[in-house]
Amino acid sequence: MADIRNNFIGIKSPNPFWLASAPPTDKAYNVERAFKAGWGGVVWKTLGEEGPPVVNVNGPRYGAIWGADRRLLGLNNIELITDRDLQTNLREMKQVKMNWPDRALIASIMVPCVEESWKAILPLVEETGADGIELNFGCPHGMSERGMGSAVGQVPEYIEMVVRWCKQYTRMPVITKLTPNITDIRKPARAAKAGGTDAVSLINTINSITGVDLDSFAPQPTIDGKGSHGGYCGPAVKPIAMNMVAEIARDPETHGLPISGIGGITTWRDAAEFMALGAGNVQVCTAAMTYGFKIVQEMIAGLENWMDEKGHASLSDIIGRATPNVTDWQYLNLNYVAKAHIDQDACIKCGRCHIACEDTSHQAITNMVDGVRHFEVIEAECVGCNLCVNVCPVEGCITMEPLAAGVVDQRTGKPVSPIYANWTTHPNNPMAKVAAE
Amino acid sequence: MATGHFIEGIAGGRLSSEQYADNFSDLHPPLDHHEALVESDRCYFCYDAPCMNACPTSIDIPLFIRQIATGNPLGSAKTIFDQNILGGMCARVCPTETLCEEVCVREVAEGKPVQIGRLQRYATDVAMSEGKQFYKRAEATGKSIAVVGAGPAGLAAAHRLARHGHEVTILEARPKAGGLNEYGIAAYKSVDDFAQAEVDYVTAIGGIDIQNGKALGRDFQLADLMRNYDAVFLGLGLGGVNALRADGEDADGVANAVEFIAELRQASDLSSLPVGRRVVVIGGGMTAIDAAVQSKLLGAEEVTICYRRGQEHMNASGFEQDLAAANGVTIRHWLQPKRVIAENGKVSGIELEYTAMSGDKLAGTGERLTLVADQVFKAIGQSFVPAHLNGSAEAIELEGGRIKVDAEGRTSLAKVWAGGDCIFGGDDLTVSAVAQGRDAAESIHRALTSNGRA
Repeated sequence: MADIRNNFIGIKSPNPFWLASAPPTDKAYNVERAFKAGWGGVVWKTLGEEGPPVVNVNGPRYGAIWGADRRLLGLNNIELITDRDLQTNLREMKQVKMNWPDRALIASIMVPCVEESWKAILPLVEETGADGIELNFGCPHGMSERGMGSAVGQVPEYIEMVVRWCKQYTRMPVITKLTPNITDIRKPARAAKAGGTDAVSLINTINSITGVDLDSFAPQPTIDGKGSHGGYCGPAVKPIAMNMVAEIARDPETHGLPISGIGGITTWRDAAEFMALGAGNVQVCTAAMTYGFKIVQEMIAGLENWMDEKGHASLSDIIGRATPNVTDWQYLNLNYVAKAHIDQDACIKCGRCHIACEDTSHQAITNMVDGVRHFEVIEAECVGCNLCVNVCPVEGCITMEPLAAGVVDQRTGKPVSPIYANWTTHPNNPMAKVAAE
Repeated sequence: MATGHFIEGIAGGRLSSEQYADNFSDLHPPLDHHEALVESDRCYFCYDAPCMNACPTSIDIPLFIRQIATGNPLGSAKTIFDQNILGGMCARVCPTETLCEEVCVREVAEGKPVQIGRLQRYATDVAMSEGKQFYKRAEATGKSIAVVGAGPAGLAAAHRLARHGHEVTILEARPKAGGLNEYGIAAYKSVDDFAQAEVDYVTAIGGIDIQNGKALGRDFQLADLMRNYDAVFLGLGLGGVNALRADGEDADGVANAVEFIAELRQASDLSSLPVGRRVVVIGGGMTAIDAAVQSKLLGAEEVTICYRRGQEHMNASGFEQDLAAANGVTIRHWLQPKRVIAENGKVSGIELEYTAMSGDKLAGTGERLTLVADQVFKAIGQSFVPAHLNGSAEAIELEGGRIKVDAEGRTSLAKVWAGGDCIFGGDDLTVSAVAQGRDAAESIHRALTSNGRA
C-alpha cells in the first residue's frame, strides 16, 4: 500500500490534502468537520490584526460560471479575511490543534505592511501551537485596496521584506502565498526565497468578473447594483495554476523551493498532476465548497490506488517527476510527427471532429465516405493539432498516434527523422545556432 | 351485481371519475424549466445531425436545443416552426423512437437519446402559451387557394400559403378542424384540447378561413374548386376502413377502431363511453395500440391485440408495443380472424386461425382458437376513398389506390396539389403530412408567382 503521509517543510500530515485558507476553514466548527472527514491539514482562514474585525458585504459574496449540467467550473469571491475577532480565532485554533495533533494546522496571516504589525501578531499565533504560518500576499479584492494581500504580492521587494520580518520574529515555518495577478510568477517567488521563506504556496485567486446581469447591467456578484472584481478559483484556474507551479519548480533560482500547490484541485488526479509538476502537497477549497468535505475520501483512495498501480511507494516518488519535462517551446522536437486516429468502434458519429477540423483547422477529417456518414482522418492533411481529440465527446475515441522514424509523413511526403531537432537549429530560424559539424 | 371491470357486455362507468382522469392524463408530462435545461445540456450539437436528417420536416434540432440551453426558448420555438408549424403536436405524437431519437448519437453511445420530442414540446409550449406569433403575412397577392381537409397537411399548407400573402379557404367535412390530431390520436397524447389550441395558433396568422361541415362530393365538387380558386390542395386523409373479411363482422359489438378513438376524443364524459369487459383488437399498427390501450384505460378487464404476422412485422413501434404491454394489453401474433361469434346478434367471441409463413406467403395453418369477447375492434388499416373526387372533373391519377403526386406534391391535374395520407408513397405520419403540406404550398406559391402552369 502506497504511503501518502506528507512531510512538507517539516510539517507532518497523514495525507497531502490540506484545505486552503478560505471560507471552509473559517472557524473550529468547520475545521473539526474537515478533520473528521479526513483532511490532512488546514490553513486557517486569514487572521488580521487585533482591533475591530473586518466587515463583509451582506449581499452575494460569490459568483460562478458553469459547464454542462451546471457543474461549477469557476467560482469568484469577494469575501475578505476573517471577520471574527482575533482572540476567538486564536482560542479555537489552539483547541483544534490539541484535539487533532496529527493534522497540520497553519495560520494564514494578513496584517499591514509594517514591521510592528507582523512583530505583534506572530507570537500570538505561535502560542496556539500552530505548525506554521502562511503569509497572505494573494487576495486580490478588498484588502488589496488597503495595501495588503495582492498589493504586497505584486511588489517583490515588499514580499522579501515581510518574509524577512517573519523569519526574524517567529520560529514557525513560513509559507508565502503568491498572487497570480502578476506577469511573471518567478519574480515574487525569487523574492520570497531571498527573504528566507521556507516555501511558497500558489495560486491565490485571479481578478475576475464572472458575469453581467443583463437586466441591471451590473457585474456579478451584484451588491445593490454594483459589483467589484473578485478572486477567481475552481477547476477553471487549474491550468493557470499548474503552469505557475511548474515555472517556479523549473526556475534555476527557485528550483527546490518547496511549493504547496493550489488552484482548482478537485480529484486525486488533479492533486497528482500538481505534485508531479513540483508541488510538495496541495491545498483545496472550491471542490470542498462545491461538494462538501467528503471529497477528500475520493482523493485519498484515488491517489493510493494510482500509486499502488504504478508502484510509487511514497509521495517523494512522484513529487517533481514531471518538472524536467516542462521546457520552452524552442526545445520541442520539431521532427516528432503524430496523426490523429479515430477508433471507428468507439465513434458515435456526432461529427464534431469533422466540423471543428473543416471550419477551423486543416480539413483533415471526412464526414462522408462512399455516401455513408463516416469520420476518418486524412493523414495527408492532418498536422496533428489535437483539436479533434479535444472536441470529441467520447474519451479515448480519437488518439494521437506518433509516426515511427522512417515512416513517410503523407502530409510532407518526407520520412520521419529519428533525430531530435528543435527551433534553435532550424534553418527557418534567423537566429539559429549553427549545428556542430 | 357486477361492477367495474366485471360488468358483462359493453358498458360505461367501469371506473371512478378519478381513475378516468388519471388514466387519460398526459402520457409524457411536459418538462419543467429545470428538466429542459438538464436535458438540453445533453445535446452534442452534432454536425449534419442525424436527428435532423431523420426528421421528415428537417427541423434544425441541434439549433433549437441549443437555444433552449442558452435561455432562448422563443428563438427555439421559431427554429421549430420555421420547418414545422405543427411542431407542438408533432412533439406529442411523433414516434420519435423511430425517427430523431432513434438516430441520436447518444442513443448510439449510451442507449439514452436526448429527449428531443419533449424538448420540442417545451419550446413550442412556451411560444404558444405566450401567444407568440413569429410570422407576418407577405403583401396580399390577390390569389386564393382552396384547401380540402383541415388535417395536418391542410393546416401546414394553409399556414405557408397565408404567409406568402395568399387567401386560403379550408373546407373540412368534420365539425372541427385538426383532422387526425383532433379525431385520431389517443387522448393521453393530446390533453387539454391541444389540437384545437394548435388550430387557433396556426390560423392566427390570418387569411385562413376554415369552413366546417363541407364535404367533398357532397357539399362541393373538385371542379367547383378548380373553377373558383387559383389552386387547390387536397389533404383528404383516408376515409375508408379495411374490412375484417371474417364471417359475422356486422354483429353488434364489432366496431372500427378509428371511430372508437374519435368518439373517445370527443367524449365530454369518459364514464359515459361504453367499452367491453373483454375486448379483442384486430391489427398491428398504431391504431390497434391506441384502441387497445384506451379500452384498457376505460376499464376493460381483458384486452387482446391479435395480429396476423409476427412481432417484428408490426407497424406499431417498440415503444408503443411496450406501452400496450405496460397497460396490461396482451399482444398475440400469428392469428387471423375467421369468424365473429354472436349470441342474439351481439358479439360473444371471435374465432381466429393460426398463421405461418408458407414460403414468402402468409397462410392459415387450419388450427383455430376462440377468444371470448364482447367487443371487437377492427384496426387493420384505412384506405383512400377516391369516389368523392371523381365525376366532377377529369379523373385524378391514382397510384396504389392513393393520389399520385410528384416530388412537389403536384397531382395529374393542373392547379391541383395533394399531401398527407391521401397520397401514394407516404408513411402515414403526422409529421410527414406537415412536410408534404408545407412543400406543396411552396410549390403552389412558386407556380402562382412565376406564371407557371397555374
